[in-house]
Parts: sequence; C-alpha cells; structure tokens
Amino acid sequence: MQGDLILKNFQYSAPLTLDQALQYMDSFGSKAKALAGGTDILVQLRGNRFDMEMLVDVKSIPELNELSYTDSAGLSVGAAVPCVRIYEDSLIQQNYPCLVDAAYLIGGIQIQGRATIGGNLCNASPSGDTIPALIALGAEAIVCSKRGYRSIPAEDFCVGPGQNGLENGELLVSIKFPPPKLYSGAHFLRFIPRNEMDIAVANVGVALTLDSNKQTIESARIALGAVGPTPLLATTASDFLVGKEISDDNLYGAAEIAKQIASPITDMRGTINQRMHLVGVLTKRALQKAIERAKGV
Amino acid sequence: MNEKIHVKTKINDDYVEFLCEARQSLLEVLRDVLDMTGTKEGCNDGNCGACTVILDGRIVDSCLVLAVEVSGKEIITIEGVANVDKLHPIQQAFLEQAALQCGICTPGFIVASKALLDRESNVDEGRIRHWLAGNLCRCTGYDKIVRAVMAAQENTKI
Repeated sequence: MQGDLILKNFQYSAPLTLDQALQYMDSFGSKAKALAGGTDILVQLRGNRFDMEMLVDVKSIPELNELSYTDSAGLSVGAAVPCVRIYEDSLIQQNYPCLVDAAYLIGGIQIQGRATIGGNLCNASPSGDTIPALIALGAEAIVCSKRGYRSIPAEDFCVGPGQNGLENGELLVSIKFPPPKLYSGAHFLRFIPRNEMDIAVANVGVALTLDSNKQTIESARIALGAVGPTPLLATTASDFLVGKEISDDNLYGAAEIAKQIASPITDMRGTINQRMHLVGVLTKRALQKAIERAKGV
Repeated sequence: MNEKIHVKTKINDDYVEFLCEARQSLLEVLRDVLDMTGTKEGCNDGNCGACTVILDGRIVDSCLVLAVEVSGKEIITIEGVANVDKLHPIQQAFLEQAALQCGICTPGFIVASKALLDRESNVDEGRIRHWLAGNLCRCTGYDKIVRAVMAAQENTKI
C-alpha cells in the first residue's frame, strides 16, 4: 500500500490526563505532534511534511473532550471535539448557528465524525473553514504547557500558511466563545465550485450586534479566509459598520473595504480577480444573513 | 524491525486482537494484517470514501484512522453487513439497480448507506446525496447508487 512506502514509524501515546500529554509535548518538543481527528495530520505525515517522533493522541483527555455552554460564561469547545458533536448540539445550534454553518460543511460525513475545530485551527490552513467563523465570533484559543495556561485570540493564532503560534511544549486545550449578546447574529459562507467536499476558493465569517431598535449596527467583526497567507480579521471593514444604519449601501461599503486587506493568489482553485470578487459578494451576503439572525427573523 | 503494538477491538461483533505498528492505518491492518479485503483503498487521503467503515456508530475513512486508535472500539466493515445466508437489503438493491460497475467504491457506499438508513428514516434524495458526498464513484454517475439506496429504504419498511 502507498502508506507502507512512505509513512515512517513513530511512537504513539494516548494519555488519559492533560498533565501526561504535556509531559510528552515538553520532552519531545518540536518532534511531538498532537493527534485529534487525524484528517489533516495523517495525510501530512504520509507526505513526509514533518520530522515527528511522538504522536500524542489527545482524544482520551477529559479537558479536550469537554463541550459546555452557560449564558454567563459562553461556550467552551474542547480541542478534540469533532464537528459532528458541534453541529448536533442543540445549545450550539441555538446560540452559535455560525459555528454550525462552518462545522457542517467541512469535508463529508466521514470527515465530520473525526475532524475537530481545534485541529482545523492548529492546521492553520489559509482556507481553513472554521477559522473565519472563530475569528468573527471573537473566539480565544486556550493553550497549555507545563508552564501554565495562556489564551490567544483566534485572529492571532495562525502565523503563516500551515503555521500556528503554538510554542514547543504547548497544546491547544479548548476554544472559548463569549456568550452571544442581545440582538446579535453571525454567519459563515464559503464558495466552492461543488456542493460539498472541496477546499474554499474564498470564505467569510461575520458577526454583528444591532441596537435595541434593530436599525443600527453597534459592533461588527468580519473575517476572511483563503485570500491571504492566514485567515484575516478585516478590522477597517468591521469598524466602518459601527454606528451605521442597516442599508444596502453600508453593507456594500463594508464589503468593498474588506477587499482592501485581501491579498489572494491565483492557483488551481481560482484567480486573484475571482477571489477579490468573492470577498465582496460573500461579505455582503454573510452580513445580510447575520442581520436576519440578529433581528430574529 | 519496528515495535508492534497489541490492539484489542471488536470487528463485526467478533472480538479481534492484532499486532500493528503505530504508523499503520486501520485500512492497512484490515486488509494486510486481518485479510479483510472487502474494504477498499482508493485515495488513501480521505477524499474518496472507498475505505469507509463504521467506528463506534459513525462512518469514518479507515485510511485516516490509525489502527492503534481502535483499541476498545467497535467496527463494522462491509464483511459485517450481510446476514450469513442473505444479502443486506442495500446490497440487494445495489444489484437490482445495477448501482455498480468496477466495484471499488461499492463497499464504501454500502457501509455509508447502511449507517444512514440505520440512523434515519424517510430520508429523501437530497439527504442521501448529501450523506454520500464523501464517497466518490467514477463509473456510474451516482444516479443508480442514489436510486438503490432509496429502493433499499422502501424494501426495509414494514
């Protein structure tokens, strides 16, 4: 078999505690990798993408399997929670439909049963489908090492194509989302030439909050994917909407400004022009849907 | 010689033990260690679904599962779908609807379809097509496959 020829052997461990996992991450340093759903890392290992000695299966660690929501603390998704647990969860469906949008369109059913948003974030693909949703929702990555915990805003987590901001010895434990505010809504959209099972040509996540009259935008976060070396928070476009009335012109304005931070490439999936156009179209449509959700339509 | 790991699992309701290397996928162990060659290798990177098996009730691509991960879990493969002397209604429908040509994708489609019909009732064409999006067929063009799954659903209604 193909795997026989090119997948080098390594040590495997499935620790039952976070402490034990951190011990491995610490002692093997850059030669240790975490295994959650395996949908990216096993493919990359077959392609000899990294020199790895220890694969730490994190699926038996309680903290990484936790999925919890309270109105006051918001949502916490363990780094090993697969997409299917996210989109089948009624509290997430109710409070974070944008996260369901993203988790539901990653791969096919076979992939969704294994793939995690923690892995999607750590894989740091420029086109990673949950990442713009995480950025828009104001998510924070909770990472841990033997030195203790720290938190990284989702928009700062990816530092380059396929490169995350974790230091040697660190493990992503969970992703935390603030509780949804009153009159808030969010949406995630991806463009692919097929209906399913493809990598984004461009994707956009947006989240916004309206005033109590549901006429004016009080805050907004627009995030873009597959149009730069990492998924991006479109700060200027987001700020443009603050205090603005809901109107086609204003949504169009934000979508045009969002294009300014996009620096897409031409590749087999799309051209620079197509991707720029998509940023505009997807941003506007995602804003419209987020507004509908914020209004409770 | 790489170190072998001892794994105890349950495959098609039988307790199974095997030795494998950490790097070996479940697909590789099913086919090359356990001689269960019903599960097929297509792309070996999670795109085609030919190697679909049911792992603790959920379909997965067995090429993207390490064999060491299935310790203590339950697996259903294509070999566990039929009864001893009778095809599963989905298998029967695939034959009757001519929903296969070369056959490489067929075990994956049948296992995935079984998982769907075991979980959900009254699934429509759209749901079947969405559920089977992770299974690729390069011969039939999907129409006959979808029709076979719909026919199997009808045939299993009491």
